[in-house]
Amino acid sequence: MPKITVTVNGTQRTHDVEGRLLLVHYLRDVLGLTGTHVGCDTSSCGACTIHLDGHAVKSCSMLAAQADGATITTIEGLASGDELHPLQVGFKEEHGLQCGFCTPGMIMCAADLLKRNPNPTEQEIREGLEGNICRCTGYHNIVRAVQHAAVAP
Amino acid sequence: MIPQAVDYKRAGSVSEAISLLAENPDSKILAGGHSLIPAMKLRLNSPSLLIDIARIPELRYIEVRDGGVAIGAASTHHDIISNADVQSRYGVMIEAGELIGDTQVRNVGTLGGSIAHADPSADWPAALIALNASIKVEGPNGARELSASEFFLGFFYTALEEGEIVTEVVLPAPAAGSRSVYRKFMQPASRFAIVGCAASVTIDGGTITDATVAFTGVSADGAFLDEAVGAALVGKSASLETIEAAANAAAEGVELNEDHYASKTYRKHLAKVYAKRALVGACGL
Amino acid sequence: MGNGGLIIMSNKFIGKSVKRVEDKRFITGKGRYTDDINLPGMTHAYILRSPYAHARIKSIDTSAAAAMQGVVTIMTGDEVGHYGVPCGWQVNFKNGDIMKEPPHPLLVKDKVRHVGDAVAMVVAESREIAQDAAEAIVVDYEVLPAITDASKAVEAGAPLVHDDVPNNICFDWEIGNPKAEVDEAMASAAHVTTLEFVNQRVSPNAMEPRSYIGHYDGVYDKYTLYTSTQNPHLIRLLMCAFVLGLPEHKVRVVGPDVGGGFGSKIYHYTEEALVTLAAKKTGRPVKWTETRSEAFLTDAHGRDHVTKAEMGFDGDGKIVGLRIKTFANLGAYLSTFSTAVPTYLHGTLLQGLYTTPKIHLDMTCVFTNTTAVDAYRGAGRPEATYLLERLLDLSALEMGVNPTELRLKNFIPAFDGVTQPGYQTNVALQYDSGNYHGVLHRGLEMLGYEDFRKAQKEAAASGKLLGVGFSTYIEACGIAPSAVVGSLGARAGLYEVGQVRVQPTGKVSVFTGAHSHGQGHETTFAQVVADRLGIPMEDVDIIHGDSDTVAFGMGTYGSRSLAVGGSAIMKSLDKIIEKGAKIAAHKLECSPDDIEFVDGKFTVKGTDKSLGFGDIALTAYVPHVYPANLEPGLDFSSFYDPTNFTYPFGCHIAVVEVDKETGATKVKRFIAVDDVGNVINPMIVDGQIHGGLAQGIGQALLEGVEFDGNGQIINGSYMDYAMPRADDLPMFELDRQVTPCPHNPLGVKGAGEAGCIGSTPAVVNAVIDALWSAGHQVKDIRMPLTSERVWSAMQS
Ligand SMILES: Cc1cc2nc3c(=O)[nH]c(=O)nc-3n(C[C@H](O)[C@H](O)[C@H](O)COP(=O)(O)OP(=O)(O)OC[C@H]3O[C@@H](n4cnc5c(N)ncnc54)[C@H](O)[C@@H]3O)c2cc1C
Ligand code: FES
Ligand code: FES
Repeated sequence: MPKITVTVNGTQRTHDVEGRLLLVHYLRDVLGLTGTHVGCDTSSCGACTIHLDGHAVKSCSMLAAQADGATITTIEGLASGDELHPLQVGFKEEHGLQCGFCTPGMIMCAADLLKRNPNPTEQEIREGLEGNICRCTGYHNIVRAVQHAAVAP
Repeated sequence: MIPQAVDYKRAGSVSEAISLLAENPDSKILAGGHSLIPAMKLRLNSPSLLIDIARIPELRYIEVRDGGVAIGAASTHHDIISNADVQSRYGVMIEAGELIGDTQVRNVGTLGGSIAHADPSADWPAALIALNASIKVEGPNGARELSASEFFLGFFYTALEEGEIVTEVVLPAPAAGSRSVYRKFMQPASRFAIVGCAASVTIDGGTITDATVAFTGVSADGAFLDEAVGAALVGKSASLETIEAAANAAAEGVELNEDHYASKTYRKHLAKVYAKRALVGACGL
Repeated sequence: MGNGGLIIMSNKFIGKSVKRVEDKRFITGKGRYTDDINLPGMTHAYILRSPYAHARIKSIDTSAAAAMQGVVTIMTGDEVGHYGVPCGWQVNFKNGDIMKEPPHPLLVKDKVRHVGDAVAMVVAESREIAQDAAEAIVVDYEVLPAITDASKAVEAGAPLVHDDVPNNICFDWEIGNPKAEVDEAMASAAHVTTLEFVNQRVSPNAMEPRSYIGHYDGVYDKYTLYTSTQNPHLIRLLMCAFVLGLPEHKVRVVGPDVGGGFGSKIYHYTEEALVTLAAKKTGRPVKWTETRSEAFLTDAHGRDHVTKAEMGFDGDGKIVGLRIKTFANLGAYLSTFSTAVPTYLHGTLLQGLYTTPKIHLDMTCVFTNTTAVDAYRGAGRPEATYLLERLLDLSALEMGVNPTELRLKNFIPAFDGVTQPGYQTNVALQYDSGNYHGVLHRGLEMLGYEDFRKAQKEAAASGKLLGVGFSTYIEACGIAPSAVVGSLGARAGLYEVGQVRVQPTGKVSVFTGAHSHGQGHETTFAQVVADRLGIPMEDVDIIHGDSDTVAFGMGTYGSRSLAVGGSAIMKSLDKIIEKGAKIAAHKLECSPDDIEFVDGKFTVKGTDKSLGFGDIALTAYVPHVYPANLEPGLDFSSFYDPTNFTYPFGCHIAVVEVDKETGATKVKRFIAVDDVGNVINPMIVDGQIHGGLAQGIGQALLEGVEFDGNGQIINGSYMDYAMPRADDLPMFELDRQVTPCPHNPLGVKGAGEAGCIGSTPAVVNAVIDALWSAGHQVKDIRMPLTSERVWSAMQS
């Protein structure tokens, strides 16, 4: 069994894991970080998106073992203390979520987008989120939520 | 969806990866894992050992070499499209790379993994063929270098031999007056190419002096160089009429792919439309 | 009562886009969906499913699997095949015979009837072991020919899905005027538009896959089922009374946060009963969470009608008749609501917004070797709207008239349902209130019809193909009045329960049988309660989704939560205020009739003597100074059974651009003017419309479950089944008209499905319009309008 050491939301964790254990299952089942969701089995929906060494990745399509040595941020670690991340604020203010199931993945993906492109156009936001499916919102308010966060100080 | 039980080892160097591969008959190289792991989850692929090469430093670099660019096999799609040296030389690499999957996929998937996998609808193969790239592979019997059109042999099928890994892709220096583009018609669900057309055209004083046009998605046999289209362009003036005539020759005589989004007839039609669009872009019209 | 109920309330919150109370947990990753719950000692289930659409099971060998380390138990049809899940709606054949209702066993033992039919369940220490063991089960099948198309399944010689259901017909049914009268009207018509089309099967695809946890506590002899459901109480009722025969008071059903449903999580699924049985058997909690691949095979699908429809017009363009023959595919088994969808929720909406004097629907509901079909966002009403609105736009093209003028000419005139009576349709229902001209006029203003036609011509000149499509829809929501649906065959009325418990400190707990799966009940309901009681929203807690805390409930679907669930809460609030007034009168030494309740204060009319809501609450629980003959406490529960459906309506307009060379279609503009009655939270209502539009546009352009000749779904994953992604859609242009519902206390009509009901035909009409503008006079393109289908249509 591979032994992995990862820094998740600022805390270092070490575990022996099965080779086949998916990173998303490691986060959800081993670490109890259930904010990262599983919405599909073909790497298509983005519900499982987290940040691995600062980049948005689909944690359902990686083995936990591949993350050995990496720094991971999940939705639970995005806010700084009680202060919500601007995207979290944006999603609430603009009603960018309904059932909330896609939301953690959406926010984590949008965070990567805004890091690369702090002032995206509507089209750039839509394209930047193409790896994330939301079945509830029709994306209209998700786009506005990202715009809200983009202009936030 | 859970893969079958599998062992995992991280290789520290190319030579270690090659030895591990040789020692473990049922093993597989793991790069980004974004083709392999989805397949393992569906239990379509069940190796007993994964040899992770993604973090081998000697495989992840992008450097200018003889006016061209050399790219280590473990470079991610994102590494490539965000690289200034690639951006300034190869429009086709940027346009193709930006259309691979989504942000998350581009952050993890690698050039080497994509071309070794040789999905018949993958984007990089067409771009590499159009640029006449060479691909370096290394195995127990040493290293070899192949041209992209020698490398891609068919449906998930390449010239890689048992125990070999892709180490590097070299993009030749672009000729003066050349421009390369990529145009893609996506399957609406997977967003893989139904038709992807990569074109590289060199124009000298209004005349096309060199043209390579490659397709992906069109043929069940994977990416291919469409020599007829290129031949119909060279020596002609870079005009819409020239392009239309050349595009009309596209995808003739190939074993066409088909699925519920695009029949053979429609695919062939799209190949011509996308050849035209790519060439209009490559000729700067 | 009308919307009078609203006026007496303060409106600090009602009508305002209050930000959602529930968001905090979701944006921080603290939502709690079923699969997020882990119980001590929990085991994991994996269900082995049939790879064939139709096959006889010759044998099942579980021995190798059972011997694997970590396997806790394996169940097959031999053990539980005698249990089956029921259908909730009975529909009779035209001749009065009761519909065919073959059993839907928890696990199949004789023959499998669709790909994904459940054959065995493995319970193991881990998900991994359960799956590994399931793969070690050997099932010997004798494969039989399969049938997937409803219109072909009725033909002589077609394979029989259930050996004892002749011609695979579950029932035939009709509604409307006598057929002969309709035939006569059609014969007299100056123009008849005929449209043969398929309203294709779609997969709901709530993003949270279904997930269940069964738990049995031997000490208390009590079962708990955690389930991603839209209606926990109904699941408990069905599972206890009709499936497992468990005592209802010993079963608790909890619906935690639910990640979308769109209909697919209304039904009682076999796996809910299976994990419950397995928990009792093993004495350990059992969790089952489906994969997306399983969801495509087992979550009830929607739509799937094969239709021939004819609409007749007189020389002035007035509709004189509508004649329809439809085959509705029900799949292999009857799902909870499946029989109601093509009939009571579809046939009854065929009047649309029009004065059509003669209507006849002939419906045949059919079994096939496919996944069950049931309500999907809109449920029957999108199919009715699609049929009508496609016919309207196509008729306009065929007759060379303006499609909006054709509609205006045929609209039912405005009526408020208070001073003017409701509108009696030819298909059983009586519309409550409407102003149909209003929404179309507003939509046209937003579009700029003449400007569009000019732009369309200019675009054509520069090689671009633009089209506009209209859809003016009506739906029946707020399901369902017991008396009405009972007469139609429902086995239960769909009233709702709302309990308001005022705590001694004046804080308020509200228990509702409605169950949010994204609609924001915790916010909207709190707005209503806070305004009615004149207290801050923070003082109101909305509790839902747990059969042990909420008295009873029917759940959330059919855009019913606020119209029915909210009305039940309103009734309880009235009781609270009435009792509060008695307590206040006693303390203020006046008659209760002299008390008025305004802004959270009980005041003696015309004086400044008053008591706050908090004072009265405390007095109710510390009744030292208290009216004689009045019980202490301030806690009321009410059942609200609506007297009628509510009837939202609206106008949807799509503008599309078609790529001439490839057929690729892009929605450039989408205008929606909806009238959903009064609006409590505009932000949430707009959000509901947005989501519905995306799904409706998705059906038009992208979505559709396709089967091959063997009954295999050929696009059962997100790599093949296309759904709208962010870059497939434009920003939506929304506006609203308000025609209050005259028969519920909030005047609300429901907004959950409107977007999905109106939008699909608007998009298809727009593509057809684009093609006609380029001289391709096609009547129909099969949905979804893939680029190849559109391109092929242009080759004619
Ligand atoms: C949702 C999604 C969408 C996608 N969309 C697209 C798309 O639009 N266009 C497109 O082109 N691709 C697409 N892909 C595929 C993606 O680009 C993959 O990342 C890529 O095909 C494989 O690269 P990898 O590094 O992930 O390889 P892996 O999955 O790690 O490996 C793939 C195969 O190649 C072998 N291999 C890997 N590296 C080497 C090497 N250096 N030498 C020899 N063998 C090696 C492996 O053993 C394996 O057999 C998509 C993937 C996903 C999940
Ligand atoms: S769960 Fe990872 S992409 Fe869907
Ligand atoms: S909010 Fe429900 S899937 Fe996006």
